[in-house]
Amino acid sequence: MTYETLRHLSDSFGLLFLAFTFLGFIGWTFRPGSRQKHEEAAHMIFEEDQDDG
Amino acid sequence: MDTLLLKAGGWLAIVFFAFIAMVLAADAGFAVHMAIIALAAGITLWVTINKADYAAIGRGILKAPDPGVYDDDPVRWGVIATIFWGIAGMAVGLIIALQLAFPVLNLNNEFTTFGRLRPLHTSAVIFAFGGNALIATSYYVVQRTCRARLAFPGLARFVFWGYQLFIVLAATGYLMGVTQSKEYAEPEWYVDLWLTIVWLSYAAVFIGTIVRRSEPHIYVANWFYLAFILTIAMLHVVNGLSMPVSLLGSKSYSAFAGVQDALTQWWYGHNAVGFFLTAGFLAMMYYFVPKQAERPVYSYRLSIIHFWSLIFLYIWAGPHHLHYTALPDWAQTLGMVFSIVLWMPSWGGMINGLMTLNGAWDKIRTDPIIRMMVLALAFYGMSTFEGPMMSIKAVNSLSHYTDWTIGHVHSGALGWNGMITFACLYYLVPRLWGKERLYSLRMVNWHFWLSTLGIVLYAASMWVAGIMQGLMWREYGDDGYLVYAFSEVVSAMLPMYLIRAAGGLLYLAGAIVLVYNVWMTIAGKQRDEKPMTETPHNEDLDKPIVGKPAIAPAE
Amino acid sequence: MSSLAQKHKKLERNVTLLGLGAFITVAIGGIVEIAPLFWIDSTVEKVEGVRPYTPLELAGRNIYIREGCYSCHSQMIRPFRDEVERYGHYSLAAESMYDHPFQWGSKRTGPDLARVGGRYSDEWHVQHLIDPRSVVPESIMPPYAFLAEKELKAGDMVKHLRAQRRVGVPYTEEAIAAANEDLMAQADPTASTSDLEERYPKAQARDFDGDPDRLTEMDALVAYLQMIGTLVDFEAGEAQEQPR
Repeated sequence: MTYETLRHLSDSFGLLFLAFTFLGFIGWTFRPGSRQKHEEAAHMIFEEDQDDG
Repeated sequence: MDTLLLKAGGWLAIVFFAFIAMVLAADAGFAVHMAIIALAAGITLWVTINKADYAAIGRGILKAPDPGVYDDDPVRWGVIATIFWGIAGMAVGLIIALQLAFPVLNLNNEFTTFGRLRPLHTSAVIFAFGGNALIATSYYVVQRTCRARLAFPGLARFVFWGYQLFIVLAATGYLMGVTQSKEYAEPEWYVDLWLTIVWLSYAAVFIGTIVRRSEPHIYVANWFYLAFILTIAMLHVVNGLSMPVSLLGSKSYSAFAGVQDALTQWWYGHNAVGFFLTAGFLAMMYYFVPKQAERPVYSYRLSIIHFWSLIFLYIWAGPHHLHYTALPDWAQTLGMVFSIVLWMPSWGGMINGLMTLNGAWDKIRTDPIIRMMVLALAFYGMSTFEGPMMSIKAVNSLSHYTDWTIGHVHSGALGWNGMITFACLYYLVPRLWGKERLYSLRMVNWHFWLSTLGIVLYAASMWVAGIMQGLMWREYGDDGYLVYAFSEVVSAMLPMYLIRAAGGLLYLAGAIVLVYNVWMTIAGKQRDEKPMTETPHNEDLDKPIVGKPAIAPAE
Repeated sequence: MSSLAQKHKKLERNVTLLGLGAFITVAIGGIVEIAPLFWIDSTVEKVEGVRPYTPLELAGRNIYIREGCYSCHSQMIRPFRDEVERYGHYSLAAESMYDHPFQWGSKRTGPDLARVGGRYSDEWHVQHLIDPRSVVPESIMPPYAFLAEKELKAGDMVKHLRAQRRVGVPYTEEAIAAANEDLMAQADPTASTSDLEERYPKAQARDFDGDPDRLTEMDALVAYLQMIGTLVDFEAGEAQEQPR
């Protein structure tokens, strides 16, 4: 394995792989149905201020 | 009684071995350090014996801490340590800034030269001020977001005191010339080993607390703290690899050489910025900004993307410190590309923080703590734009080696890290010491403006100085020769260095206002002044959940 | 979709998974960037003349590190016309291949020192270190007069060379055994230096600090400063790259 083969690999499939991983990740985070859960998570730090403790 | 005996015996053994090492030391620096360790272990031994509750041991019960309150002692100590080291580090910063303007201030003495004080300044502000702020706030935040007390309370206290010992060893080492010369990783091999022990204990306390949480979800601030702790452990261990000359001496040689050593160092150095000064402080931002604004974070989804892309991208950016050096081109290019892409998640985080105030923008006017947080985020945004710009090779060819870099670092450190830390301290102090409010909100306002003016003077003077240096070094005359001798460029810097020192003085003055304000708050005083506004705080409900049913409603 | 959501929930609720995921994410960059530097041969070009430091130079280098000189002086000339004209041939990776740790620096409050060797006389260096402003009025460098007063602690160079060899510097057994003698010989104008010069080609042997009776830290530091960047002969052959 030389520097050149590594360079070609990273220019083509490596780049593609990272790009798709990233897009998949965004899709995953913004998938429908997650809104409710994320709202809850965001409000979590205020729970101490509510009556149910 | 057995454990007490075992503990005391252990500390006594450390005193003994440190004393032996001191006597046999190969150099003065190592001897002084062993004396400090012996002293620290001796004090611990004394405290262990004196503080023990012999009556309780006699009755066969151990004093159990109240499970109904958060374990905030280490947080309170951490707040005080943060302020103490902050003032010390900034004062040394002011001294070395003045040394560059007036070299006579080096005092013709080996212990007070710029070369020895500079690592003292950088380590004091980054690791002592910033590190204590991170440890204290992480202890505070992880308990609240997990609704659980700290796991391993003894270990949590060891982390605090062990970290202070690390700071003392590092700082005294710099004055004596004990250094590995790797920027922001100067402590020698045995101090590195000690920090590794402390840091792994810190990881154990933090992760242990998350494991025993009552909340199912792990709040995003904890992700950032977790990434910060794990990554710093990795960076510290790899970059610190070295071969001691003698096990009884301070000197060691780095495991790597030349180009490999350079990249390992800047992989470490850049990610000390990326994970210590960014990820850790973003964790503070993700908890304290929503709390102070009394609104949830703008977009929790954005915070997830922010987290993963930030930690993935940051680690690659190190080579931009080595543009046009003997580092292979491919590594430089990789570093540049990732640095530029890094701009995106950085601004995602800034937007997420700022937009948390959406619908409550009036608080910037009425709440000086919020105003500090907004300023911190603005400077975070500014320096994370400036950084990628400076990592472009063409820009870097001008900016590298100049004071522009110093200006960039300080707009991040003073603007982002300093201001967010001060804001968190103002949030924490009344809550930790059970006071209704701060001594004075108007003094927070004073602090805000002193700091802001200080940063503006600092950053502006260093931009001018840096660009001027870069241009003067490369200026050719019509005759085809370089126009300026190096010494002429040095003397051209004097006005800029004076303005910079003035900026630093203002910033330090602001921090001294904080000291007074915090001191009076803890003393229980309230300044008689026209109120600005205060965020309500319910002491009764600031507790972990113990068993079921949950604490009964107050009404 | 529900299984995906289930996995997501797992990650957000499992600290082991979260920690592992974060660790893998941050490890990738370092592995891809740093590891190849150790096995791609072209990282450090083959250059004639680079040798390990003599014991005296190494002692001087350790003083350079101790005093934090790297805070203000770089040792890395970039391939630009102005830098090459101001400081000399741009730096090659091979020139710092035995530098544990590297001293490339990051800031030029003072000038680059990668090729300072041989540029000034020993007397100039001694005077400049004792009182920088007596020779360069504009200088803002701290004075290092104490170096001329302090005896060089030189008895343990064998250990230093052995530690260097453990991290990969090719000192021979013979060089390690003779480390203390080599150090003394290099700073003593009356001593025989043939062994030293055989082990360390181009080593400069003389009294450096102007006080032949004493071996001071000044001797060591000046010996180091006078050799920086002098090992590779750039006149002899074609440079491997052209300046950009």
